Amino acid sequence: MRTLIPVAVTGLMVGQVQAADLAVRIEIPRLNVAEYHRPYVAVWVEGPDQKVAANLAVWYDVKLKNDEGTKWLKDLRQWWRRSGRELTMPADGISGATRPVGEHQIVFSDGKAPLGKLAEGKYELVVEAAREVGGRELLRIPFQWPPRAPEKGEVRGQHELGRVALETKP
Amino acid sequence: MKMSLKWAALALAFSLPLSAQAHRMWMLPSATVLSGADPWVTVDAAVSNDLFYFEHFPLQLNNLSVTAPDGAAAKAENPSTGRYRSTFDVHLTQTGTYKMAVVNNGVFASYKENGKNKRWRGTPEKFAQEVPADAQDLRVTQANSRLETFVTVGKPTDTVLKPTGVGLELAPITHPNDLFAKEEASFRLLLDGKPAAGIEVSIVPGGIRYRDQLHEMKTRTDADGKFTVTWPEPGMYWLEAETKDDKTTFDKAKERRSSYIATFEVLPE
Repeated sequence: MRTLIPVAVTGLMVGQVQAADLAVRIEIPRLNVAEYHRPYVAVWVEGPDQKVAANLAVWYDVKLKNDEGTKWLKDLRQWWRRSGRELTMPADGISGATRPVGEHQIVFSDGKAPLGKLAEGKYELVVEAAREVGGRELLRIPFQWPPRAPEKGEVRGQHELGRVALETKP
Repeated sequence: MKMSLKWAALALAFSLPLSAQAHRMWMLPSATVLSGADPWVTVDAAVSNDLFYFEHFPLQLNNLSVTAPDGAAAKAENPSTGRYRSTFDVHLTQTGTYKMAVVNNGVFASYKENGKNKRWRGTPEKFAQEVPADAQDLRVTQANSRLETFVTVGKPTDTVLKPTGVGLELAPITHPNDLFAKEEASFRLLLDGKPAAGIEVSIVPGGIRYRDQLHEMKTRTDADGKFTVTWPEPGMYWLEAETKDDKTTFDKAKERRSSYIATFEVLPE
């Protein structure tokens, strides 16, 4: 995990307070289905008021012509309600292509887009997945920000998501 | 069912108390929450007993209007009326909330002519021509009905929710395309633009065919015309409210019946 901290961040550490990190690991499970499409996935941070504190990622079919892949973004229905419907796609620094089966790690830094500067408090990492002709699943991992010590959280999905893990470091 | 199709369809279009049959008028959009670069909806419209199955009469689309998020009229494309349902498409070229509305204003008369019971429906202009001046036991009712549904592309907007100030209308407090199971939603009923107090509101979830009980929810508007509903589960819901008064705009009619009907989609949390 340590090796995945962006070089730019480590470079800034000299003579400065180190920025906290938030690393998310998402497993897209292999499914034995007749028609498989990679899931759409949204990742965000939610405050205690259920408001979106930071929109971290949305993976959707960006390759279809005429932005046709945006048609199914509303199937990430919790994300769509909380923030997706207010964004213009593609959203800079947030949107990206769907990911294949396997484990994917994304790392975010305090004070930098898209995580930005979160006020001190309790939050939840939310990961929502929706698959064409398949199902939908939403997972949450609570965490404290900023972290005082390295912390780990993990949940396991039942059908659309595999293991989802969160690691925060001061 | 002895009534001719035309008579029945007309009567239903005017929402008149022709018989005790509890037909329900409705529009059913293919989706109410949409994303994407070039979305369309298709809408089924029918008069039926069970919700939302087209099994009785098509809804007449003569008085259909579609309002775009900017308040301008939008086009109902590919309209078609079949044996059991009407259908039309709307190309959603703007982001925001669209309204589909079927508003009917009609006059209904019952009377005796030469000892025989007669029934008539039409417009105030045609009344004098078509109803005999010496009609006995004449009873004239004005019937106004508004049937609506809403769909939203992207973020919900409020322009199409502004009431017209005529008849029974819904002034949503909770946006009609932001409804979720287990959550409470609030609305206000207005009669001629003013809070409609003490009116019974009936809400029936769709899918009647596959259950034994109606699961109707009844509530009543408060002094401000407000009512709240907590959606028990996700799905399509049909809402109806009706009231009677003597505020007719046609002097021959002594009674005015005003009704409001809408279809809402409630999403899972």
